[in-house]
Amino acid sequence: MREIIGCDVAIVGGGIVGGSAALFLRQMGFTVTLLERDWCGAKASGVNFGGVRRQGRPLEQLPLSQRAHAIWGRLPALLGTDAEYIRSGHLKLARSETDLQALIDYQERSAGFGLDLEIIAGDAFRRRFPALGDRAVGGSLCPEDGHANPRLVSPAFARAAAALGAVVREQTPVDRVERDDDRFTLLCGGGLEVNARFLLNTAGAWSQRIATAFGEPVPLESLHPNMAVTEPLPRFLAVNIGVEGGGVYGRQAPRGNMVVGGGRGFALDADRARPQRDAVLTLMRDAAELFPQIAKAHVIRCWTGVEGYTPDRNPIVGPSRTTPNLFHAFGFSGAGFQIGLAVGEALAELVRDGHSSAPLDAFRIDRFPPTP
Amino acid sequence: MTAPFQSSVIQPGAIQPVIVGAGPAGVRAAERLVAAGLRPLMIDEAARGGGQIYRQPPDGGFTRSKAALYGFEAAKADALHRTLDGLRDRVDHRPRTLVWNCEESALDLLCDGRTETVPFTHLILATGATDRVLPFPGWTLPGVFTLGGSQVALKFQGCTVGKRVAFLGTGPLLYLVAYQYLKAGVEVAGVFDTTPLPVQARALSGMLRDPVTLAKGLWYVGWLRAHGVPIHNGARPVRVEGDGRVSALVWRDAGQAGGREMRVDCDAVAYGLGLRSETQLADLAGCRFRFDAMDRAWLPERDAAGRSSVAGVYVAGDGGGVAGADAAELAGERAALALLEDAGLPFDAGRATALDRRLSRVAAFRRALSAAFPFPADWADSIADDTMICRCEGVAAGTLRAVAVNSQAREINRAKALTRLGMGRCQGRMCAAAATELLARALGTGPDGVGRLRAQPPIKPLPVSATPRFEAAAS
Repeated sequence: MREIIGCDVAIVGGGIVGGSAALFLRQMGFTVTLLERDWCGAKASGVNFGGVRRQGRPLEQLPLSQRAHAIWGRLPALLGTDAEYIRSGHLKLARSETDLQALIDYQERSAGFGLDLEIIAGDAFRRRFPALGDRAVGGSLCPEDGHANPRLVSPAFARAAAALGAVVREQTPVDRVERDDDRFTLLCGGGLEVNARFLLNTAGAWSQRIATAFGEPVPLESLHPNMAVTEPLPRFLAVNIGVEGGGVYGRQAPRGNMVVGGGRGFALDADRARPQRDAVLTLMRDAAELFPQIAKAHVIRCWTGVEGYTPDRNPIVGPSRTTPNLFHAFGFSGAGFQIGLAVGEALAELVRDGHSSAPLDAFRIDRFPPTP
Repeated sequence: MTAPFQSSVIQPGAIQPVIVGAGPAGVRAAERLVAAGLRPLMIDEAARGGGQIYRQPPDGGFTRSKAALYGFEAAKADALHRTLDGLRDRVDHRPRTLVWNCEESALDLLCDGRTETVPFTHLILATGATDRVLPFPGWTLPGVFTLGGSQVALKFQGCTVGKRVAFLGTGPLLYLVAYQYLKAGVEVAGVFDTTPLPVQARALSGMLRDPVTLAKGLWYVGWLRAHGVPIHNGARPVRVEGDGRVSALVWRDAGQAGGREMRVDCDAVAYGLGLRSETQLADLAGCRFRFDAMDRAWLPERDAAGRSSVAGVYVAGDGGGVAGADAAELAGERAALALLEDAGLPFDAGRATALDRRLSRVAAFRRALSAAFPFPADWADSIADDTMICRCEGVAAGTLRAVAVNSQAREINRAKALTRLGMGRCQGRMCAAAATELLARALGTGPDGVGRLRAQPPIKPLPVSATPRFEAAAS
């Protein structure tokens, strides 16, 4: 059956970026068609760790991240659900004096961005975070960072966009994209053809196809963050925990389950990944060292997802350099969940105004040397 | 990443078969591999082999005879146990061991609180089945057990689930366990069979192909009647009543009583609706699945000999489709012969042909079985919105229906993501069958139309302390 949809904006990829872009574009009055090969928010946007954090991001991401912070604050108004979003604080631990100094340096460098970081060390640290024992010499607290349930947040954006009149098509792969006479034509599975003036490429780890089709391939690599969750435990941890230098991270969900992450899973194929045994066992050991409260608990599930990583770990956000009215936003390199909402908003501004009020220059698609 | 966890290595060219499960299928597979000169590793969660149906009591202090424990099946149970004993020195039998993951031709085990990785060249999955249940109001009250669980209590724990027990559901276990309980001195408050009598009578005629099974089934029914046990066909549970513990089963007779509610006092309910296959390891091993209309479940694809879609991985017994212990013994042996053939070793082709012939009759037996004990598909509609479906995560029927009716979830993994269903300790092993039925009915499709839950490691909860370097790191 042949079906043709004409609209202002076609969005390929129904994750948190595509879903929020669809919502903001609808609020601006554009007609939108959102195309998702799987279910909206079912890939990296929906299966990530759930950290909603500005702290630790490279400075060039902080303007967007601050804007995202404001949008997260309006989540119930936007979505009709809080999706377990809690401004619990994000505490980045230092396991050595050197690491603590690195946190102090970051506090100084990011001072103008409004993160309100607080360095806590020594006895004050132990008094304030007794649950963390003596595993760290101190840490940096970003009091208004937090965590949320990605399974609930990410699908909700596409749903909210649909409620405002966006056409949302799930289980609809885009087979081919063409451009002529200032229109994009997307030929999709199920005989659907979408004609649009603007095209947003928000297809996560699978965004390379459209970028390449328009002559701007990028060095994008798929990686698979490894995560595990325990059975529900008595509450012992409010803050979302990261560690300077990386390795392991953890948060306690409202239900009491401890969600921890670290290491990498492996790809089953281009679309699916699975936790890797050594990574799982290493994660369990490292997490129990950091959170002794889970030492007697069980891991009830491990999982991973497929996420696009760039060489400099900054995303690609902004206009195509080859094709007018094509905008990219992908390659969030494991840190797209919090910032994704502001990226969606920035994409909507790009469509409406031709530019975004947030600085995007660091995220230009042509910043990488051409791939041979 | 470095490889901190050393696993043993298989010599090039060597054959290291691993069998998961020491029930009827696993033991017969092991026997056949040993006869061919191989030394299989046989991993089983139980302390002693035998599987569920021929589960052995714990060592020592247990005085009931095999005849009392296994009834008609005592001779078969005894034969299987003897085979297992005879293999003792020629099989690397690993009891009390959970396989929690399968990755890249190796299994991850959990034994005595420690993990271990063992590689395999060939894998026979004989993982068996558990009770299939659909929830109804009160089903989470203490005192409600599955039929299989009630039987395990008798066989392994030497106790009963109550003093006056109501037996509810469908499947061959219904009458068998009621019989075993009555024999054990328990008062049987009644057998509440969800299948209407005419359906059962018609279906039983189909079982004439297997007169022994038919005779046994009829014998149990007759024996129960002769001992004054009320048997109600076409029954549906309304609710279990009780204050903190079962005190009564309220049920409805779909027949002449015209849906009248009736109440029977009891202190326990044993119930089940047939069995469901344990397929998580096959999923992790990468096996392709297909929907089986008879089992109303997605099962690993297998050929007549038990070969899955993955070279070197075989599925035998109830873990690949419920057909009972006799069929499992045949399938286990047949899978072992296929393994030998695939490994280029001598195998008894005549025996394989004979087994194929006998196994071909299993399909007809399965059809007769599912006709005699049909799944009460209408049950899903009667489950009230506030009835718990996923007891690990506390997800009620209404929550699941809500994501179905507004089209948020047209597939079970999506329903899981949105509701937490199947995200708890059992990872959906216990609730997925019910959730599938419920979701399918809410969406106006069949159980084949909503997909299957993807397996993730660990397939059962894994203690954080089990990681090999945990002790070293903590000290």
